[in-house]
Amino acid sequence: MFRACACMCGRTLPFPMSRLELKTPLKLQSTLEQLHEGMQRRIEAYPPGLCPVEAALNYLTLSKAQSCGKCVPCRIGLANMARLLEQLLDGEGNADTVSLLETTASAIADSADCAIGVEAANAVLLTLRGFKDDYMEHAATGHCLVGKKEALPCRALCPADVDIPGYIALVKAGRNADAIRLIRKDNPFPVACAYICEHPCESHCRRKMVDDSVNIRALKRYAVSKAGDVPQPSCGASTGKRVAVIGGGPGGLTAAYFLQLMGHQVTVFERHKQLGGMMRYGIPSYRFPREVLDAEIKSILSTGIEVKTGIDVGRANTLADLRKEFDAIFLSIGAHTDKKLRIEGEDSDGVISAVKLLGGIGDGEMPDFTGKRVVVVGGGNVAMDCTRSAVRLGATKVTCVYRRRIEDMTAQREEVDGAIAEGAEVMTLAAPLKVEADANGKVSAFWAKPQMIGEFDKGGRPAPKDAAAEPIRIPCDIVVVAIGQGIDSKAFENEGVPCGRGGSILASESTTEIAGMPGVFAGGDVVTGPATVIKAIAAGKVAAANIDEYLGFHHEISVDVAVPAAGFADLRRHGRVNPEERPADERKGDFKCMECPYSDEAAAEEAGRCLRCDCFGFGNFKGGRYAKW
Amino acid sequence: MVNFTINGKALSAAEGTTILKAAQENGIKIPHLCYLEKLNEIGACRLCIVEIKGIERLAPACTTQVSEGMEILTESPRIYNARKVNLQLILSRHRTACTTCIRSGNCELQNLVRDFNLREEAFECRPEKNASSDACPIVRDASKCVQCMRCVQVCEKVQGIGVWDAVGTGCRSVVDTAKRIPVAESDCVYCGQCVTHCPTGALVARDDTDRVLAALANTELTTVIQVAPAVRAAWNEALGISDEIGTVGRMVAALKALGFNFVFDTNFAADLTIMEEGSELLERLKDAGKHSWPMFTSCCPGWVRFMKTQYPEFAGNLSTAKSPQQMFGAVAKSYFAEKRGIDPHKLFVVSVMPCSAKKAECELPGMSSACGDPDVDVVLTTREFCRMLMTLNVSAETLPEANFDSPLGESTGAAVIFGATGGVMEAALRSAYYLLAGKNPEADAFKAYRPVAGKPWQESEIALPGAGTLRTAVVSGLANTRRLLEAVKAGEAKYDFVEVMACPGGCAGGGGQPIHAGEERAESRGRRLWKLDGDSAVRFSHENPEVLALYKDYLEKPLSHKSHELLHVEN
Repeated sequence: MFRACACMCGRTLPFPMSRLELKTPLKLQSTLEQLHEGMQRRIEAYPPGLCPVEAALNYLTLSKAQSCGKCVPCRIGLANMARLLEQLLDGEGNADTVSLLETTASAIADSADCAIGVEAANAVLLTLRGFKDDYMEHAATGHCLVGKKEALPCRALCPADVDIPGYIALVKAGRNADAIRLIRKDNPFPVACAYICEHPCESHCRRKMVDDSVNIRALKRYAVSKAGDVPQPSCGASTGKRVAVIGGGPGGLTAAYFLQLMGHQVTVFERHKQLGGMMRYGIPSYRFPREVLDAEIKSILSTGIEVKTGIDVGRANTLADLRKEFDAIFLSIGAHTDKKLRIEGEDSDGVISAVKLLGGIGDGEMPDFTGKRVVVVGGGNVAMDCTRSAVRLGATKVTCVYRRRIEDMTAQREEVDGAIAEGAEVMTLAAPLKVEADANGKVSAFWAKPQMIGEFDKGGRPAPKDAAAEPIRIPCDIVVVAIGQGIDSKAFENEGVPCGRGGSILASESTTEIAGMPGVFAGGDVVTGPATVIKAIAAGKVAAANIDEYLGFHHEISVDVAVPAAGFADLRRHGRVNPEERPADERKGDFKCMECPYSDEAAAEEAGRCLRCDCFGFGNFKGGRYAKW
Repeated sequence: MVNFTINGKALSAAEGTTILKAAQENGIKIPHLCYLEKLNEIGACRLCIVEIKGIERLAPACTTQVSEGMEILTESPRIYNARKVNLQLILSRHRTACTTCIRSGNCELQNLVRDFNLREEAFECRPEKNASSDACPIVRDASKCVQCMRCVQVCEKVQGIGVWDAVGTGCRSVVDTAKRIPVAESDCVYCGQCVTHCPTGALVARDDTDRVLAALANTELTTVIQVAPAVRAAWNEALGISDEIGTVGRMVAALKALGFNFVFDTNFAADLTIMEEGSELLERLKDAGKHSWPMFTSCCPGWVRFMKTQYPEFAGNLSTAKSPQQMFGAVAKSYFAEKRGIDPHKLFVVSVMPCSAKKAECELPGMSSACGDPDVDVVLTTREFCRMLMTLNVSAETLPEANFDSPLGESTGAAVIFGATGGVMEAALRSAYYLLAGKNPEADAFKAYRPVAGKPWQESEIALPGAGTLRTAVVSGLANTRRLLEAVKAGEAKYDFVEVMACPGGCAGGGGQPIHAGEERAESRGRRLWKLDGDSAVRFSHENPEVLALYKDYLEKPLSHKSHELLHVEN
């Protein structure tokens, strides 16, 4: 006379009243859902710098609770693997423990009946491959290789180590100019980052444990919009040293800025007509208005940096020439060449590269797409920039063609959504086949091969495969190829700078030094391949410090801004405040900024969401704040 | 000033004052364990939590500042419950072994548990595994650590070294040496400041009393004990004896009651140190170009170890004179043994020191110069001395006062101030003046140059007859010392003679002294030492009759060949 509860909670209830019951969610189920949602947020907020072996145990603990209990490998095996991990973590294991764990995980992965056991075992195997050293350290010493605790997840994940809680506290206190000064201690581009930073700082924000990450970038945007012109600090006493920076993008200008503050004289050589690198020649002005970029560069140059634009170092003059004239050199030429589709018809009239399109726009050379049908090929942020620029250049129809699905795009989701809202069409699962040209050699259509999404590739994304469907013809007049950028480092390679695949300069990604070339440093896209502005800024900052040391100095960069004390962190759940955008219908007609800054009340509300991890938790013990570097 | 209420009582305090401090100032007790004023205000133990009107959760009193209109409640059922649970949680990671714990009766955790009337453990006790080692004078029992982080902070902020750190992640976070290097291999200078700031028995100075008891029981040995200047300013504290009763004479009587054959005074050796070190300074000044400056005092083993590991480039600047403890040992096992016809190998020399670093000093190479055996056999801290008194049931307060034995028991006011910051400098100046001018200065002539609390170091320019102006500095605490050395290195500071004491306030605040929760007593003990100096009949080291006799009968003169053999080291 008992029955299973209809809510799927697993409980048994008495007296069957009806033959069938609807599955209505009861309280237990909704509580569990809340718990799962919290679990998901907590995983997203997993702080950086923690023991990876313990992370493996966490995964296993979750997994073993899910075992249905029928099969041996999963029911008993997962529990035993968890115990082995605990032994290692408690310093009671040894190398045999690790090898038993490995054998057990392989056996479970091979012999469990369903995904519950197989995936748990695979996760353990993944960790055994991914961080074997950590396992072996635990086996040998009972301790973790991880030594450093990160007090602040945001600062830890900011490549340039910007004092994020510090400037949020300043924004909250209405001290926006001080917020800019504090940011500039680590990053001379507060304005650029306010508009276009990909904000890795937000990804593990502790506020996620409560509700959602703090909108850090939008708060910075508010600060720069309110701060007015904040004068630069004065430079240190002249050292008489001269440094050449080759490439005036975010990395090069950052290095130049800090070196100049340290008292060295920097000359920046830029191939283009203007400074800014990809901030100008890659990012369209509706995301980052030119007048704002120009003002920020002007401010940076006010430190006394010398600039030589229109000079293609490596062709106009050689590295050897520069080395005679300068005491140190920083190579930050970026990644500005285009990649080809390598399909039939690619050389037709009307096929242009993203680099060329966006580069021209950067110098104010606006092509007229009025009445044109445009196909943009690619799924990254650059493809979205091209798509949305094409809309603004008057195209009647813009189709972004991508061979995988929207969720596989590397472009940020809001960029894709923005493009769609502005009227662009996103055609997914369509692989480039050929470009069709008319008798005059002008583009008339783009052909794509329909795809199906398939198994994951080595990069961790599902790979497309040909679908059994006919090729699609997309009539068009312009094809923009936005499938990535390359590096042109040939001239430097010829002068002995070590270069790797794709032309990237083989400099240390952590120190920017080039082995065997003392005094020559490199960083940014030219080393990492196309990446982000903040990563280039970080490379410039590191290069400045290491060049300073190379020149025989130890200048320290600090700022005299006191961060306000923290009040009580309000842990009541509060929605993340997102800045407004101009209506799609309005913004698609011009290149003016599409995002509106916060109102004062929105900024106050969002700044109040910061948990001030610098003053709570590990923060008030170890600070989490570097007064200088 | 801001106005607020605690438990309904209207109060005010300076802006920036923490709730805990404001409560203490007004006689309101808030329990706490991790808190250490200005050094460790991190809200880790969560025992000082209070209710604040309008704030949803309980707030730690140690990290929360009072603000205008704040209404604070320090007791409520909700607060009691949270404090009690947190205390029970702390206990579940603390190996409660009070009966055999060195800190029993002087343990902040024990006191809290007693005050909370906790009668049983709520959670199974799973302390961290202990891997303590006697290899060096600082012994850590991880199973008793409550992770208050005080040791981390004291070592980092006061001593500028950073031996201890929070290591490991997640709930397996523990306190250990930074990068888990064994203490003996770390930069630890054994100053013992972590020990005197530890609330429990997790950090202790190695107990060597068993070795002393064995020596006292060995009838073949002649036992000698020397007692350092600063011990006399603190020994009575741990025994509940007032300063009036706890006189130097009574301390001597207590040492005699322990059964030592001879009770001598390290102060004697302090006077001897002044003769050697003062002469060395004058010698160096004569030939200033040949030496690197400033000359540093060498009597503090914590400082010497710090310099040799962190600033080896200054090793040549260190006075070659041994510390008073080691001079005493060397003289005891040579001059005294010969004089008394005792086989020095059968002479057992014990020291009572306010210091844990001295335990390592007596084991250093070069500290066996009298007969080949270590000049000092065992070093006890002031705390161990007090424990021995209790072990051997000596009721010091009832004993009639006694005098130190001769010939190593006589001392001057200049020697007793070795125990306070600035004392070595002043003692040296008094005698240097005499050696240069041929007559004594006023005994208090250098009073104006004594260090003032609050400054990282005290610098002075002192005119000495015939030697021009001597630029001096007095510093205590190794973080301050590091600042001074950096200033010297950068050329921002130039001195001729610098006195360095590793512990803040000098030996009076030494790591071997009695422990008082939340109290720094270096200053008050120092005042006691300066008073002893002021009350002394003789206040110049060069007038110590026993020291003069030692030179006449044995050493010949300061810096003689024999002096160098016994009283100096190569740096």
